[in-house]
Amino acid sequence: MSDAVFMVMMAMFGGAIRVSTPFLLVALGETLTEKTGRINLGLEGNLVLGAMVAYATSYSTGSPWLGVLAAAGTGTVLSAGHGWICKLPKVNDIAVGIAFMTLGTGLAFFFGKPFIQPTAPRLDAIELGNWSSNPQVQQALKINPLFFVGLALAVVLWWMLKNTRWGLIIRMTGDNAAAARAMGISVDRVRLVATAAGGSLAGIAGAFLSLYYPGSWNESLSSGQGLMAVALVIFARWSPIRCVWAALLFGASGALGPALQSIGISKGYYFFNAAPYILTLIIMVLSARSQKAAHEVPGELSIVK
Amino acid sequence: MTKIFKTFRAPSLETLHMSKSFGRNKALDDVSLKVAAGSFHALLGENGAGKSTLVKCMMGFYEADAGQMMIDGQEIRIHSPRDAQALGIGMVYQHFTLVPCLTAAENLVISRRDIPMVINWKSERQRLDAFMETMPFRVRLDAQVSTLSAGEKQKLEIIKLLYLDQRFLILDEPTSVLTPAEADEILGVLGEMALRREVTVLMISHKFREVKAFCDSFTVLRRGRFVGAGDARRVNAAEMSSMMIGDVGMRPPATRLKTIQDGPKLELRGVSTLGDEGRRVVSDLSLKLCSGEILGIAGVSGNGQSALIEVLSGQRPLSGGEIKINGAPFEPTRRNFDRFKVFGLPEEPMRNAVVPRMSVAENIAFRSFDKPPVLKRFGLMSSARMRQRGMELIQQFNIHTSSPDAPIETLSGGNVQRTVLARELSGEVDILIVANPCFGLDFASVADIRGKIMECRNRGAAVLLVSEDLDEIFEMSDKISVMSAGKISDPVSTLATDAMRIGKQIAGQTDEIVAGPQAE
Repeated sequence: MSDAVFMVMMAMFGGAIRVSTPFLLVALGETLTEKTGRINLGLEGNLVLGAMVAYATSYSTGSPWLGVLAAAGTGTVLSAGHGWICKLPKVNDIAVGIAFMTLGTGLAFFFGKPFIQPTAPRLDAIELGNWSSNPQVQQALKINPLFFVGLALAVVLWWMLKNTRWGLIIRMTGDNAAAARAMGISVDRVRLVATAAGGSLAGIAGAFLSLYYPGSWNESLSSGQGLMAVALVIFARWSPIRCVWAALLFGASGALGPALQSIGISKGYYFFNAAPYILTLIIMVLSARSQKAAHEVPGELSIVK
Repeated sequence: MTKIFKTFRAPSLETLHMSKSFGRNKALDDVSLKVAAGSFHALLGENGAGKSTLVKCMMGFYEADAGQMMIDGQEIRIHSPRDAQALGIGMVYQHFTLVPCLTAAENLVISRRDIPMVINWKSERQRLDAFMETMPFRVRLDAQVSTLSAGEKQKLEIIKLLYLDQRFLILDEPTSVLTPAEADEILGVLGEMALRREVTVLMISHKFREVKAFCDSFTVLRRGRFVGAGDARRVNAAEMSSMMIGDVGMRPPATRLKTIQDGPKLELRGVSTLGDEGRRVVSDLSLKLCSGEILGIAGVSGNGQSALIEVLSGQRPLSGGEIKINGAPFEPTRRNFDRFKVFGLPEEPMRNAVVPRMSVAENIAFRSFDKPPVLKRFGLMSSARMRQRGMELIQQFNIHTSSPDAPIETLSGGNVQRTVLARELSGEVDILIVANPCFGLDFASVADIRGKIMECRNRGAAVLLVSEDLDEIFEMSDKISVMSAGKISDPVSTLATDAMRIGKQIAGQTDEIVAGPQAE
């Protein structure tokens, strides 16, 4: 029995890292955007379009890393569009975000039809488990470099927000736009740049989905992960470091179903697969009542005002 | 700007013949103000006297139509707040300008012009600590600003100005959000700094107590004009307030008829309520109101008046005490308002009394849409009858609107107030609760609206009038109470008192009301 527990634990560990990577990247992008006082709900669109573009690029050029770059570029362009439209007077960022979400997925479905069948070269993982003779350990420690990119980005973002001029300007813009304007900061430009940068991260997350795990392009690839990442940002209270823990938690809950299946427990499989969605709901209810969250939310977010 | 120079010691500042108009309204008319180096100067005046306009011209938010400004005897031109900052003139606003999610240290660093790309917090902190050593106040540098108290925020605002080497400090009612103890501490320290000639302070204030205790000179404005200046230590508060208030009652007041006063109609017993930040803003307040009388509650805003009105209109829950009408307990619900015939004119009607995008007729029907004749059988509403009734009242109350279907937000302030009056006063009124009914209105509307309220009293209604305008209090009230720090003084008959005495009481210069720091 302890063997089975070990198997489940290892499968969940590996799964958590695999599943959490796109959550982490999207959440970091959204944290950066929301820190400037704007919400970009369109990241789900970036994710799906990024996945398609990465897959198509990898298929046509043979280089998956070129695919990742292309996805980042697509994400940047799409989110820059969001940022630019939100500059216009009396535009609601949430409504524009929903429009961009459907635009992104729509474009991806439209251009992605021919790429559903063929197989593109995938990203390679770093094998960190070779020291062990246990196949489960080896399997669990196959980690994609993008996960480490996400970890590094979280630390860099946290440091940047705290220790640089840009970081302070971003936080000031997000918390008191009037004060930022009084200091001669172009609030719209700060938000545009932050939204575009956040969008590129969501694009990369899409590339991870199609080129590593699950590792193929189809229309139900994302199943709302971009939106759940927005909820995750609230749960992480806009802190990049807490985003890592929150993403791992979401990842672990997402890995629960497959991990149980690997030892033959298939009862309630669909229920366990729904775990991330249930977790999202619970987290939203709990964090809505949190006094701490109320303190740390950027004051300029349109849902707060 | 011709020349940038920084003064590290207290500068002197003068304005000469400053004028500024907004449309036809002359907000400043030939005002000269002289603040000597190292003085603690008070700028006094009632609401709308032009104090804010004057300092905003000095700070470069407005450009004056005419006039000059001199710093240390040299003429300067200021076109924007940045120019003022560069010349060492800084202002603390009534609303905090700190960024709440940043720490105190971060707020200081970001206020600087030359923020380095990467901030070395270790060396930055050493410099900040060294700077704080020279400061008279202590503020926790690592605390997030949103967790600081109002007093600490105010201190940080002042420290920020000194950090930026601004030595001419303009303070706009700096103590309005502070407890008396906090206020005394901050003003005391600033006074000492001025005495050592480290700063020059210009403070806008309503509170004679603070002016007498901390300022050495003062200037009074009234209706945009310079009225007088002098030595704050010699001139007494009564003289200052008579300069501020001027001749009371220039317009013919509304006719007051003799009424039979019986009651009490409305009675508050030990009423307390909490403000938005969870502090007690009205504490243990009791009052009695008889029919056929107007009880005026005077006081500077922010002393709990708004919260009191919100309690009576059901916008804010009671945290203690009880409200009685005709001896029966009263809960502010729509049904009870109808039953006891309680009506009201809240302050800022656009926020508290009307729905801006709904039509004039619909806004008039708020109290009657669920009763016949507007309500027909099967719970249906007759919009024709609603419109009909609206038209009648528009006529009767002389509301200027393009049609009864125009959104009420298209009306002028006076007409919005008349619309609310039409809705509230068209029927039989037993109790009327009024707050700042004439704020920001032109003279004709003011006379009109006061007349309507007086008429209501003459017909036997009990009227509670909360107002920041002393003239209004004296013109309208039969009895006057003063509200200060959430507490209320015993009412006195209007005939037995005068504006001086009430003015002093408002400024907290009497022992009739207890407004200590322990009130919070």
